[in-house]
Amino acid sequence: MSDNTESEYETGPDALPLDGWHRARGARMVPFAGYEMPIQYEGIVAEHQWTREHAGLFDVSHMGQLMVTGTGAAAALEALLPGAIATLKPGRIRYSLLLNEDGGILDDLMITNVTPAGDENGGEPAYYLVVNGATKWDDIAHLREHLPDEITLTHLEDRALLALQGPEAAAVLDTLVPGVAGELVFMQGTSREWRGAALGIGRSGYTGEDGFELSYPADRVEELADALLADTRVRPIGLGARDSLRLEAGLPLYGHDMDESVDPVTADLTFALTKNRREAGGWMGHGPVARVLAEGPKQKRIGLTLEGRLPAREGAEVFAGDAKVGRVTSGGFSPTLGHPIAMATVDTAHTKDGSALSVDVRGKRLAATVAPMPFVPHNYYRGEK
Amino acid sequence: MPRYFTDEHEWIDVDGDTATVGITDYAQSQLGDIVFVELPQVGSAVAKGKDAAVVESVKAASDVYAPITGEVTEANGALEDDPALVNSSPEDGGWFFKLTISDKSELEGLMDAAAYKSFCDSL
Repeated sequence: MSDNTESEYETGPDALPLDGWHRARGARMVPFAGYEMPIQYEGIVAEHQWTREHAGLFDVSHMGQLMVTGTGAAAALEALLPGAIATLKPGRIRYSLLLNEDGGILDDLMITNVTPAGDENGGEPAYYLVVNGATKWDDIAHLREHLPDEITLTHLEDRALLALQGPEAAAVLDTLVPGVAGELVFMQGTSREWRGAALGIGRSGYTGEDGFELSYPADRVEELADALLADTRVRPIGLGARDSLRLEAGLPLYGHDMDESVDPVTADLTFALTKNRREAGGWMGHGPVARVLAEGPKQKRIGLTLEGRLPAREGAEVFAGDAKVGRVTSGGFSPTLGHPIAMATVDTAHTKDGSALSVDVRGKRLAATVAPMPFVPHNYYRGEK
Repeated sequence: MPRYFTDEHEWIDVDGDTATVGITDYAQSQLGDIVFVELPQVGSAVAKGKDAAVVESVKAASDVYAPITGEVTEANGALEDDPALVNSSPEDGGWFFKLTISDKSELEGLMDAAAYKSFCDSL
């Protein structure tokens, strides 16, 4: 039996602020994005289902937390991101992308307008970005190179990030920070004081469930993790379930479902290109991306459902009849649905929902059908109806 | 019926000229939730230390090696309907395949239960 755990770091991985906390709770730790991270505690399927039914606590402190501040910060960010930042109101969160000159995706990220209320003109503009762990150093270098000198970029290295996800997450958080859940809907954020330190709260996540991302000082985060886990509705969840949950939710994973060689249209992330900015441009990579928009992409990211139980993993080739038409970019077994699912990038002619394709796994051709995503419906909180 | 273990976490029960192969409890606990097992064809030849089966967990695909050389005489059909049997009963109902023993000397060098236990404890 062999287990091929990737190890691509020349120097050993770093420890997360909660390293000992994870180990004490039975986590199996693996190297990921330069850190020793918990892949699972009691088991991926049990953790997956717990998050879908109750509330799961994820340590995502490997991710980069950045602050961009200064007069003109919105315009400066709009030169690098294809989304509208100038019209993003304080307390609102938006999904966005960092693109290179060729329109390739350097990273995907969440940006929150955290500008304080201030006087009638507002306080000094401030934007909080959460970027992927594996790409954060490149992102910082890219931002430092391209942001004007008068804009300040701060890497919040002294802060940890937890995600509390699941249908019971709001009720749990409400016991720690009374009233905050009622104040926020999906893609809104705020800040509160909790036990004497600033707690950043964003109602977002990477599971398809309602939930929150919580930014708190790294040297105090164990207190926060303990307080959350003291609630019997909460269990710690590892990276393994994080991956199966996001796959069911149809959320792409950077470095797998898209990377520098893929533009946002091909990655089916056109929604992240704010409509009036698609034509107006003024963002890095606009020229090449506009051409793809005008001509249509050659390939596109789609969802696949597979029959049987054999999963198709990243790299598996996708066929239409005998013709190779693409490849799987991430895939696995869906605990919720009880069959394998995958994301694949395939020739545009074969991206229609219901198209019958096949996937090669170790010489076997598995029947696969193009399926709309999310595979499992999102359960975001968008306010009382 | 003597049982031997490999350092790749397979077990093998020897019964005369045939043997039964599976993966150990330690192996299944490392793999986590198993969703699919790809077993060798009956009649196929497997070689000591070479790929014989594939275990798919939620997390990843892992190869299972043949502990000895031989010809596959039976595959555990129960794993097709219930691959999680490998998690719940790895060293009994969750066996993988049976094979003929080509060369008994290949069993030399495999571990017994006590040696395997101390091997796992050292990991």
